[in-house]
Amino acid sequence: MARINLTVDGASVSDDVEPRMLLVQYLREKLGKTGTVIGCDTSNCGACTVHLDGTSVKSCNVLAVQAEGCEVTTIEGLADTVDTDLHQVQESFRECHGLQCGFCTPGMIMQSVDLLKENPHPSEEEIRLGLEGNLCRCTGYHNIVKAVQHAATAAGGAR
Amino acid sequence: MTTLQDPPVESSPEIGRERRRKEDQRLITGRTRWTDNIVLPGMLHLAMVRSPFAHARITSIDTTEAKASRNVVTVLTGADLGESQGTLINAWAITTDQVTPAHPPMPSDRVSFAGEIVAVVVARTAAEARDAAELVDVEYDELPAAIDLKAAAAADSTSGVLAHPDLGTNKSAFWKFDSAEAGTGGDVDAAIEKARGDGIVIEREYRQQRLIPAFMEPRSTVVDPTGEQITMWSATQIPHILRFALAATTGVPESKIRVIAPDVGGGFGGKLQTTPEEWLTFCIANRLGKPVKYTETRSESLMVAHHGRDQWQKLTMSAEKDGTVTGLKVELLADLGSHVSLVGGGVPVLGAFMFNAIYKFPAYQFNCQTVLTNKTWTDAYRGAGRPEATFAIERLMTELAAELDVDPIEIRRKNWITHEEFPFMSVAGLEYDTGNYEAATDKALEMFGYDDLRAEQQRRRESGDPIQLGIGVSTFTEMCGLAPSRVLGQLNYGAGGWEHAAVRMLATGKVEVVTGASAHGQGHETAFSQIVADRLGVPFEDVEVLHGDTQTSPRGLDTYGSRSLVVGGEALVRAADKVIEKAKPIAAHLLEASVDDIEFAEGRLSVRGTDQGVAITEVAAAVFAAHDYPEGIEPSIDSEATYDPVNFNYPHGTHLCAMEVDTETGGVKIRKYVCVDDIGTIINPMIVAGQVHGGLVQGIAQALWEEAVYDDAGTLVSGSFVDYLLPTAADTLSFDVDHTSSPSTTNTLGTKGVGEAGTIASTPAVVNAVVDAIRHFGVDDVTMPCTPERVWKAIHSRGAGGEAATEGAAAPHFDAAEGTEGAGA
Repeated sequence: MARINLTVDGASVSDDVEPRMLLVQYLREKLGKTGTVIGCDTSNCGACTVHLDGTSVKSCNVLAVQAEGCEVTTIEGLADTVDTDLHQVQESFRECHGLQCGFCTPGMIMQSVDLLKENPHPSEEEIRLGLEGNLCRCTGYHNIVKAVQHAATAAGGAR
Repeated sequence: MTTLQDPPVESSPEIGRERRRKEDQRLITGRTRWTDNIVLPGMLHLAMVRSPFAHARITSIDTTEAKASRNVVTVLTGADLGESQGTLINAWAITTDQVTPAHPPMPSDRVSFAGEIVAVVVARTAAEARDAAELVDVEYDELPAAIDLKAAAAADSTSGVLAHPDLGTNKSAFWKFDSAEAGTGGDVDAAIEKARGDGIVIEREYRQQRLIPAFMEPRSTVVDPTGEQITMWSATQIPHILRFALAATTGVPESKIRVIAPDVGGGFGGKLQTTPEEWLTFCIANRLGKPVKYTETRSESLMVAHHGRDQWQKLTMSAEKDGTVTGLKVELLADLGSHVSLVGGGVPVLGAFMFNAIYKFPAYQFNCQTVLTNKTWTDAYRGAGRPEATFAIERLMTELAAELDVDPIEIRRKNWITHEEFPFMSVAGLEYDTGNYEAATDKALEMFGYDDLRAEQQRRRESGDPIQLGIGVSTFTEMCGLAPSRVLGQLNYGAGGWEHAAVRMLATGKVEVVTGASAHGQGHETAFSQIVADRLGVPFEDVEVLHGDTQTSPRGLDTYGSRSLVVGGEALVRAADKVIEKAKPIAAHLLEASVDDIEFAEGRLSVRGTDQGVAITEVAAAVFAAHDYPEGIEPSIDSEATYDPVNFNYPHGTHLCAMEVDTETGGVKIRKYVCVDDIGTIINPMIVAGQVHGGLVQGIAQALWEEAVYDDAGTLVSGSFVDYLLPTAADTLSFDVDHTSSPSTTNTLGTKGVGEAGTIASTPAVVNAVVDAIRHFGVDDVTMPCTPERVWKAIHSRGAGGEAATEGAAAPHFDAAEGTEGAGA
């Protein structure tokens, strides 16, 4: 067992974990952060994407011990409160119907937030390439791309 | 005659409105209830030990070391559980003499596909269960495995390999429809014979490769047996059917079982199943008296969650020299895999009525042989039988056009049912209620810029451009809204096709709607709220839709076959109408008027010709208090309705695909995709567009990318997302989607199903486009998926790329002859 100390969605947490425990397992099993989900076992699907010190990572591809001292943000920490003050990307996914079953959505939103941070005004092609590591089986990506465009425009308008 | 209808009228504020989804708040904030999220006190976890062999006798299982592993509670085998595990059922024996292998969830003597469960480890954590599963020592005697579909079909007890040697055959059932015998058309053999003399005969054989539904949420089941009732949460499309089947096969009374499908992350037919994992979780939880959870890994999901498609299609079409089709004969081989699963054998039968599609064929015959092999069993995958049929006919019509050197649109115009001819009795014996193929096609052609693209295609051909342009056409229809119960009875299906709904008028003015349709991403909560808000004149926000729990929704037949809106929605309309009828005498009493004078509009029951009235929500409050209501009636306006459809439902549409093919590399790129679907009245255009987009990509993926590939030993070599090519955002494009509307006449709202439309229509549009781009090289087919390798080989060999299917090849998307070495080869 190894002791880790980190910040998850704004709260300091400290736990003893097996060295082999994945960050996603730590989030789900130890912290009950079930908003972050597991969609595959080969790091292909991106459903478990979270932010580690502000950058998107697939949390199935990071060991919990590697998050020592880091700041982790999950889908549950993206909005200020559960009912209001959604992040613009969350709003845009709803507005543009960028989700159906919603299983890929936490990862897709977290990746989109990171994409827009890197590139606030992406072209359609840049959005598509930026989301390549996140699989969705419901939407055909059409409305996900629209949602990211919508978020980019809305954020631009706010500035 | 079918006439087009304009978009919704103004008196209908909710129908046709792009309401944002009620479901989304919890999904975009991560406050979801996936089955794998559920944690119960003392809950134990399962890990499955699975056979690495496609066909083998189990000679011994040593669980000693596994049982001694840390925090392991027990390890159980098929011998340990015996009959207590129940059995998996086939709900649709397509013939009375269908050969149906016994299907225990965990066999004790012989495995018949790679991935079959041979032992279950129960431990305190999932990780400990998986660790211990590695320690279970199973000895096998490997048996020859029946892998290739054609070889399996040809095998018998004297030669070849049998998937189940005890059965003496791999042939499960032979199902036939003949229009001459049914009295719905002429003799197809005579038509073909005649055409061989004075007409044209097109003969083709197409491969429908095996696909994996690959819903994003891996399947998960939790069973809690503590208390008087056994509760199962499962990532399923079919909580009601699951509950019935559990009770019917385990001996546990149905009334003691509650099944909940919480948030379910996609299904596409893949969760239209009753699974060994569900049965084992149920059995073991009951045996141990503790809550138990099993969640599959993605690799397990790809390997053992049922697959789809997997057919060989032999097709013979006869026509006159002017392009008028005179007959169609279909001979199918359908791969069932190792068992006849819940509706596995019925999938090709669902296609049997659709090969004639939108056309006026005078003679038609369908023959299907279902075949057992030692592979994962097949069952419904988005479209279930209808994509296969649509692919065959839309490829064939395009081939006929090419053979006659006419435009593929023209050959369709010549043969399709015109809008004046509806209702139309098809040669397969179905009555199509409405349709307007001309209108959808004209609109699609205009959106597509068909003539300009044809001109560009011509220019590229003439200049010998290395990038050639192809145009693919697919004018599809489907039968959905499963299904009229009596028809299902005639087809020997084990259940009905009705749906149930209840409307509860709460005292505070809110409305609870209960539906038996169980959503897994379709947006039922939103669309059904719109319907009820519209029907009862209450605010959209005041309607709450409940579903997916056999306790709150005791009657239902769940979600598949594009049935939720056209069957479940109609049940809802009828239940809401009953609420209004029940409210009328109470309103009359409250208003001191005659019930005959009460009329209902926009949420109010009014006395005709006066301004006297009462809101329906006030009536609900009045019967809650029940201080003042008429004698002789119950103080409730809650209502329910069970609706059994009178007919299937026939959406249709025209899909056009422009494809660029790099003749130097074989690479393909969709440049433009236009579809105009006629799905009748649209409740929520935003949700509909989403269904179409997602459906399109799944159909396009069959054409270009996806295939479940087995090696010769029966090992799935495309068993992870590294190898099974699910398209990403970078592979796909934005679509041009529009609609025409000829409302269905078989339901009150005029709706048609849309969940499967995109998938059914798009596959042939894409393959037709690929072939069209390179037809001048002498190519008339490219086997799916149309990989760069196959396209390049087709161009350079002047024939169908990959004549041999990928089946048997060691690496996915490389053909057998060129296959590289891979696992198990």
